[in-house]
Amino acid sequence: MSGFWTIVRRDLKLAQRQGMDSYMVVAFFVIAVVLFPFGVGPEANILARISSGVIWVAALLAAMLSLERLFQIDFEDGSLELMALQPVPLEVVVMAKITAHWLTTGLPLLVATPLLAVFMNLPYEGFWVLVLTLAIGTPSLSLIGAIGAALILGSRRGGVLLSLLILPLYIPVLIFGVSAVDGAISGLSVKAHLLIMAGLLVAALPLCPWAGAGAIRQALET
Amino acid sequence: MVLFSGDNLRCFRGERTVFANLSFCCPGGGALLLRGPNGTGKSTLLRLMAGLLKAENGTIAWDGADIADEPEDHNGRLHYVGHADAVKPVLTVTENISFWAALRPQQAQISDALAAFGIDYLADVPGRFLSAGQKRRVTLARIIASPARIWLLDEPTTALDAGAIVDLQREIARHRANGGMVIASTHAEIGLADAEILNLDAFQLTEQAA
Repeated sequence: MSGFWTIVRRDLKLAQRQGMDSYMVVAFFVIAVVLFPFGVGPEANILARISSGVIWVAALLAAMLSLERLFQIDFEDGSLELMALQPVPLEVVVMAKITAHWLTTGLPLLVATPLLAVFMNLPYEGFWVLVLTLAIGTPSLSLIGAIGAALILGSRRGGVLLSLLILPLYIPVLIFGVSAVDGAISGLSVKAHLLIMAGLLVAALPLCPWAGAGAIRQALET
Repeated sequence: MVLFSGDNLRCFRGERTVFANLSFCCPGGGALLLRGPNGTGKSTLLRLMAGLLKAENGTIAWDGADIADEPEDHNGRLHYVGHADAVKPVLTVTENISFWAALRPQQAQISDALAAFGIDYLADVPGRFLSAGQKRRVTLARIIASPARIWLLDEPTTALDAGAIVDLQREIARHRANGGMVIASTHAEIGLADAEILNLDAFQLTEQAA
């Protein structure tokens, strides 16, 4: 367990010293959402209608943006190879890197969400449900994305390939995230949606580090 | 006496047999020097010994137990130095070394390790300001900072100057005196004059046999 926190602390320190990365993710998120009023026009009821979907899709693409670098840099400078040769199981290493990724990208997205919800004229009833769905959903995005980030190691044009691999897998999270917010706005119960999202997260927690570690072992063999 | 050994190893890389029928044996305190022209599989054999690669055939064993059975235990008793230095540009030398030492259960001696390679004056310098030779010294200091029985060194002297090679010779001698084993592929003289030499040229398959 101490190995887990050692890696989380190191990745947070790297993110903090390299700066930029998490700011860029949040900046992308904000700009992508801000583009919609320009594109579809400023009518308040249209923005309110599409707000939850737009915020969710933008969050999903923003999370995607930073995933390529999750293992790539450590792979290139030999760190990943050394991490695979420590007494800490590789699955724990992957889980630690996912945790650090969520803390540096998912969490800032979550902080920016209320502001964007106001900006997009999201009805008040959906406000906290949107934040809650993102709080449950973004860890799933980091977890599922880690499989893709591990699979593209050693390939050129990894970023595009990563999107093709991972975006289809994000669809369930997106559907239940958006429909929970829409349900809350129409006054329906959102418990079922939130439980399914929590179920996706619980399933991803053990499976994704395991699959990611497998993919990294493959990449290190070449 | 513990024994690190490989028996009847055969390895494929990209549809080609790199070597076959290779056996090796290294006792505690022993040293094994891998020799052979480029492309004969020195690095491949070291990665095989580290457990990064799987052999097509044959087993590598520590004290008779296959290393593939308990990979984390095997990782805990080895240090691997590959071609890449794994020095993070934004972390200081001390932070770089202490991170790797913290992943191991043993108590780390970071200042001693820095002093052994004459880089204690670089302790607080970020990795991005280091030269290639200094990065190499950091990598070698990493393997001294926390003890492990097996050292797998793939061309450890790359970019090192004469002074650092003397330091490496002294550390290898001390490591072996404490019962450690060193398996290295190198063309430079690193004080392994008494080492057993494994010439990989002898294990190449001829075309018709392959």
